[in-house]
Amino acid sequence: MKNTERNKKIILYLILAIGAFIMFFPFFWMIITSLKTGFEANKVPPTIFPAKATLDNYVYALKTAPFLKYFKNSVIVTIFCVTITMFNTILAAFAFSKMRFPGRDIIFAALVAMMMIPFEMLIITNYSTIVKLGLYDTIIALIIPFTSSIFYTYILRNFFMSVPDSLYHSAKIDGASDWQFLWEILVPIAKPSLVTIALLNAIACWNSFLWSILVINSTENRTLPFGLFAFTNETGIRYERLMAGATIVVLPMIILFLFARKSIVTGVSRGGLKG
Amino acid sequence: MSKFKRVKKYKSDEKVTAKTFLKPAIYLLPFILGILVFTVYPFFNAVAISFKEDYKVISDTFSGWGLGNYQKIFSDPTFIKAIINTTQYVLVVVSISLVISILIAVMLNSVEKLQGLFQTAYFMPMVTSSAAIGLVWRWLFNYDYGILNYLLSLFDVDAINFLNNPQYSMISLCIYGVWSMLPFTIILLLAGLQNIDPQYYTAAKVDGAKTIDIFFNITVPLLAPTIGLVAIVNMISSFKVFDALYMLFGGKPGPAYNLYTVIFYLYEQFYTKLKLGYAAASAIVLFAIILLFTMVQNRIQKKYDYY
Repeated sequence: MKNTERNKKIILYLILAIGAFIMFFPFFWMIITSLKTGFEANKVPPTIFPAKATLDNYVYALKTAPFLKYFKNSVIVTIFCVTITMFNTILAAFAFSKMRFPGRDIIFAALVAMMMIPFEMLIITNYSTIVKLGLYDTIIALIIPFTSSIFYTYILRNFFMSVPDSLYHSAKIDGASDWQFLWEILVPIAKPSLVTIALLNAIACWNSFLWSILVINSTENRTLPFGLFAFTNETGIRYERLMAGATIVVLPMIILFLFARKSIVTGVSRGGLKG
Repeated sequence: MSKFKRVKKYKSDEKVTAKTFLKPAIYLLPFILGILVFTVYPFFNAVAISFKEDYKVISDTFSGWGLGNYQKIFSDPTFIKAIINTTQYVLVVVSISLVISILIAVMLNSVEKLQGLFQTAYFMPMVTSSAAIGLVWRWLFNYDYGILNYLLSLFDVDAINFLNNPQYSMISLCIYGVWSMLPFTIILLLAGLQNIDPQYYTAAKVDGAKTIDIFFNITVPLLAPTIGLVAIVNMISSFKVFDALYMLFGGKPGPAYNLYTVIFYLYEQFYTKLKLGYAAASAIVLFAIILLFTMVQNRIQKKYDYY
């Protein structure tokens, strides 16, 4: 009896390990290929570990295609996008949860209903809006359409609602203004939720692809995913180089995930990924 | 995710004056401005454009109102193909990934050790750019040097032209789709599993139930609302497949232009062909489909009082 229990456990772990290996394999193979020479990358049978690991492909990617520039653009877009979105989200969630004004809940219900509008439906008009604002082919075009997120506001508002109103009233009695209450009391309490939202938002910004191929034209304004696509046309099909490029795109998010897995997973299980 | 929590109606002893609105208005200004400009206006504008005949974007002119765009896309074999392809992709990917995810989630839920390691491996695809990963899969699928064909050769299977043979390209896209959908699905199912009262399992064990019976008679029924919910959410997200498709086939919808999806059609009509009317009409079709799914989702959530 004891033995079969143990065997069961071993089989369980074995299946899970095989599954984990399959899930992780594309990343593994991406990195391994990026460290091989062109000759070795196309060898049959393939070598699991490169005979002589080289960083030449990274040097090539950074030199020939301006991956450093793409990287910088992606960082700028992500930082600004997250900062502005957080600011807008915090203010809006506060107004929709703690402030009282007629029509508040009706407006909010209408906003929640709008969450199901697919972003892809909006690109047709947003593209012309960006052109009319004179923002075509600028970094700003990659930021401003995404700074008001109903989804994040919805999550944060729900959290703010769970903070008892008595806290708000007593702060008011103690002479705190709304602004002070929000930033000095509510925001610190909501820190875990805010971190989760910021992480989900950063991941979405970093990986945004369709919108960037629409509104960006010049090489110098490309972000990483678009830069990587352009790289496939510019360098020809040399997979060891393309995998180096892909690693540059993917690695920052993997590192972020390794450090903040718990927050990201909680956020996803609570509200799902949007966009 | 979408159930709107009712709160107490506005009740106040204070008189409603302009001042009542002033402060909230200031707090809401940046947010609402963004929503109006980049969500509300483009939504209604897309609806309007879809009913404009012969809409020209450069001169912003049209000849009249009507259903011309809808007639046009529904008589366009490419659009019909896009709908069929997308439906196929959605059904295959959502159902297969659900089955695999249920098994993995149940197994993950029953082990204590190595949770961190397993979670890292299983959930990583969720945070990584689907465009970049699409490119990685293009390499895995490569006909001559790809690792998948090498593995097949070990079993004496002839190399498959995963990406360039139209016969296999849909299967390849679905393989990628299932892989990329697993993390999110497993996470939601794990959360659902953790909500199941452990007493059911204790009672079953006392009665000496077999693992298989426990799975089908306790786990699956109690997990049903989560399964329904995650199926709908996955249907919506896989309906919008684009990034990886674009990367897998080098910017083309499949090797022989055979893998049009709704978003790819929309993208091409809008961006390459400048047919905004057709793009808008196909966007409305997309929206109608998502609306339908969301209504089902809301029913599930209401019925089971979920979240």
